[in-house]
Amino acid sequence: MSAHRSEIVRAGLWTNNPGLVQLLGLCPLLAISGTVVNSLGLGIATIATLVLSNSLVSLLREHVRPEIRIPVYVLIIASVVTVIELVMNAWFHGLFLVLGIFIPLIVTNCAIIGRAEAFASRNTVPDAALDGLAMGVGFTAVLVAIGALREVVGQGSLFDNAHLLVGEWGRHLRIEIFPQEHGFLLAMLPPGAFLAMGLLIALKNVIDARLEGKPVAASVEPEPASEPGERAPSRS
Amino acid sequence: MARVVVRDILITTLLLGLFAATGTGLVAWVHLATSDRITENRLAMTRMRVTQVLEGLEYDNDPVVDATTVSHPQLGGTGLPVWFARRNDTVVGMVLSAIAPNGYAGPIHLLIGVDTQGQVLGVRVTQHRETPGLGDDIEADRSDWIHGFRSRALGDPPIEAWRVRKDGGVFDQFTGATVTPRAVVQAVRNALVYVQEHGDALQATPPPDADQAVVIEPLPPAEAEHVAPGGPPPVPGTPEGIIEVEP
Repeated sequence: MSAHRSEIVRAGLWTNNPGLVQLLGLCPLLAISGTVVNSLGLGIATIATLVLSNSLVSLLREHVRPEIRIPVYVLIIASVVTVIELVMNAWFHGLFLVLGIFIPLIVTNCAIIGRAEAFASRNTVPDAALDGLAMGVGFTAVLVAIGALREVVGQGSLFDNAHLLVGEWGRHLRIEIFPQEHGFLLAMLPPGAFLAMGLLIALKNVIDARLEGKPVAASVEPEPASEPGERAPSRS
Repeated sequence: MARVVVRDILITTLLLGLFAATGTGLVAWVHLATSDRITENRLAMTRMRVTQVLEGLEYDNDPVVDATTVSHPQLGGTGLPVWFARRNDTVVGMVLSAIAPNGYAGPIHLLIGVDTQGQVLGVRVTQHRETPGLGDDIEADRSDWIHGFRSRALGDPPIEAWRVRKDGGVFDQFTGATVTPRAVVQAVRNALVYVQEHGDALQATPPPDADQAVVIEPLPPAEAEHVAPGGPPPVPGTPEGIIEVEP
């Protein structure tokens, strides 16, 4: 893998992680991260959306005039999300019912239009797809980490309801760490999501600070000024 | 100069239109390809839930396709589905949908199965936004509380005792959450009063000539976007203001 490609992956997973660094897409991130399975379900849907929308935006970048690029991106993303919603409704109905309104709301995840504008519209299709995949996986990793933290602390289990994602055999995946009655309610409530998120960001900063103390092999390029994470005042 | 501008605007407009048409076409195609499966899923989900609240009843029809809709303040809404369980074309039980308007965090949607004597066969919550860990013990997956309605009827306990213990009734509340069970008990009681008053007329509904599937709307009515072909129109919201139906 070329240095350029590995930089794309690094950015998505760590240095410019949409959840922890860009702080984009907080609405689904905080609202749906109650359990690992919900997180994973929404994460996979987001990965699919990012890869498809980035690829399409990159594919069409020569044909889209600058004046109408944002409406076109919105159209592409909305179409992709609707298609994913229909497919989930047809083949993962249980999970679809749990995630409910948050699947169509992927449209409003700023990380997706952010990547379309900041990356996919200026790069080749393979690079854009890779960026979508890396950003999506980075976002999903944060979602699942928060989901695991909240599920363990809040209801003392892991992989509850896994059958919604993988079929009937998933019922056996549930791990009970302690009985549900002793769960810490705060973790399940929305403030728990903010707390978990804050802890994760703090953890990332600590790790980054440690790494900075040592000589780092590959120098991390500074983010381009046009990165939406830095200028977008409103975040969803 | 002006001509160039007009040309530019035209091309841009056409381009945008083309994108819109392509996107819509793609969505329409996927919708067509998945709609049968989605309808099937919704039917299966509804059948599972309706069957759950008819526990212990023997019937020989498929209630999911033998349904009508009713509107009444005692049920908390309009256009609410009622499914019939029949044996030899005679109604032996009904599943009513009811909405408790006064949950802790918005309306609570219920399915209530009753036999022809007005005895409860089963109750399940289909939608709610109660506090996780406190109010969500009304879910059958989380606690046995909801099974406490089984075999109850309007005379058992007497109607004054169709309340949570805190209000002098016989039904338990939860530690830290009284509002939620209170709302559910009230809604079940109101539904039973409705059955007492209107049940006979409802039971006279003849079996449908053709299948009339009525499925449970998966999203709150205001957010419901898709209605299955042949399904009911979107259920309008609960009536404005909470209607407290006293027995």
